Amino acid sequence: MSAVWTIVGYGLREGMRRKVFAVVLLLTAGFLFLYWLANHYVFRDIAHVGPPAGIEPRPFAGAFLFGLAMFATLFLGVVLAVFLTLGAVRGDAERGLLQPLLVRPVSRPMLLLARWLGTVGVCAPYVAAVYAGAMLITGLTGHWWPDHIVVPAVELAAGVAIVAALSLLGSVFLTSTANGIAIFMLFGAGLVSGLLGSIGHALSSHTLEHAAKVAAWIVPFEALYQDGLREITANTTGLTGFLLQLGPFGGAYIHGAGVRIWAVGYLLAVGAIAAFGFSRRDL
Amino acid sequence: MTAALTAHGLEKRYGSTVALGGVDLEVGEGELVGLLGPNGAGKSTLVKIACGLVRPTRGQAKVCGARAGSRDAKRRLGYLAELFRFPGWYSADELLELHQRLAGSAGGANERADLLELVGLAEARDRRVEEMSKGMQQRLGVAQALVGSPPLLLLDEPTSALDPVGRRTVRLLLEELRERGTSVLLNSHLLSEIELVCDRVVILLRGEVVTEGSPNELSRARGIEVETDEGTRMYDGTREDVPRLVAELVAAGREVYGVRVLTSTLEETYLEAVGGESS
Repeated sequence: MSAVWTIVGYGLREGMRRKVFAVVLLLTAGFLFLYWLANHYVFRDIAHVGPPAGIEPRPFAGAFLFGLAMFATLFLGVVLAVFLTLGAVRGDAERGLLQPLLVRPVSRPMLLLARWLGTVGVCAPYVAAVYAGAMLITGLTGHWWPDHIVVPAVELAAGVAIVAALSLLGSVFLTSTANGIAIFMLFGAGLVSGLLGSIGHALSSHTLEHAAKVAAWIVPFEALYQDGLREITANTTGLTGFLLQLGPFGGAYIHGAGVRIWAVGYLLAVGAIAAFGFSRRDL
Repeated sequence: MTAALTAHGLEKRYGSTVALGGVDLEVGEGELVGLLGPNGAGKSTLVKIACGLVRPTRGQAKVCGARAGSRDAKRRLGYLAELFRFPGWYSADELLELHQRLAGSAGGANERADLLELVGLAEARDRRVEEMSKGMQQRLGVAQALVGSPPLLLLDEPTSALDPVGRRTVRLLLEELRERGTSVLLNSHLLSEIELVCDRVVILLRGEVVTEGSPNELSRARGIEVETDEGTRMYDGTREDVPRLVAELVAAGREVYGVRVLTSTLEETYLEAVGGESS
């Protein structure tokens, strides 16, 4: 097991040293500045915000803005996770980085697990930090705080961890470029499923809503995001609560313990497929 | 005594392409075996199967009695790939420390210092890999393969990026390893290098062993060239036949001006074995 932790440390160090980390930090700073600007103007002019009838303007603005920040946090976390893992197997093998590690007494599944843990070790604190930063900006600027703080952050980090696992799985079979494209398309599919649900809701189309739910279950990082979205207004009742749960990038239609259990099972299944594929790969 | 490496009926196919077509090979304890062959002969595939990077289609390879690719087998070998790269941000010392941890070596700082000294990188202990020349990286690769003092060393073209001084360093290192009892399978295109250091040479062609033996055995006698007052003539025989041959010629009234024992070089034997094939 000590070899696994050695590779986790190797992955963490690699993650922190790669230029992508610096780029993501720069993007994050830019995002948080723009987010603060948006909060500043929205809450300064809160009296002019016109929510639907019967909805209070402050929770309406706060939840919508923070829902947007959650999506951005998920997106930035995904960018980081994908760029840290997209060439972890085939890419590193083609560059000759993998072979010196694999001839050591470390099994291939253990190496994959270690790379995943290393990536999560970089991405999860990052997601938590951006989430906390956005929450502080909205809370301090607009005096609105999410109803539940920890669970949405954990779910966003878990969503990123699932994307990291998918990217590692892709890296076993695909070249780095093809894997990067595939994972971002999958992430886009999750986004589209959320929007599809909103359109279905607006048009009162149960078929569309059902399709959106199925799609979100197929890509559970989206389902976890939706669950997190619902958690930030979990204690807001009535029409206000109902509308707030719609979110800026699709509604929070999927929620509850089922999503979380499914996400864990999904992660294990992705890991098992990746380990099986990797064990049969010639390097 | 368990051989350091054994291969029995080792086959590897990539679709319809046969990389190895049933190779039998043994590297004894403390033996230094050179693997020769043209590009695509299956040398690297054989080495990769031995260290568990490639799965054989049929047959079996064992490292010190353990199935190739198993944890026990990996504990007993050191490997330097033909194409390798180390993370650029590691210093030489940090890289060796990483491999010590992975290999479970308890050698600590002393082992790292000894290995860097052995490959002539003692001064580059804190230099980052990205600041090293290709030759220095290759020597660091050799040091990395030696972490934990494995009983079997698999070296795939270890001197391809080295200058003559670097090659000599590696050659002396191989000789020292042999004295220590380390077994080595050396895959190289440099015939002179193989001839100088190896106990035995195996020549592969299209995935099959076509010739094997010691460099002396493979350097066959080609006759004796004698220059006399009648001109230069070739006689059958070896070095041991020279005194008798000269005595007979003198007894027959010939004046002998020069005698040269001709042997085929390893290069000639190699070219004969592979039929001039280069790729």
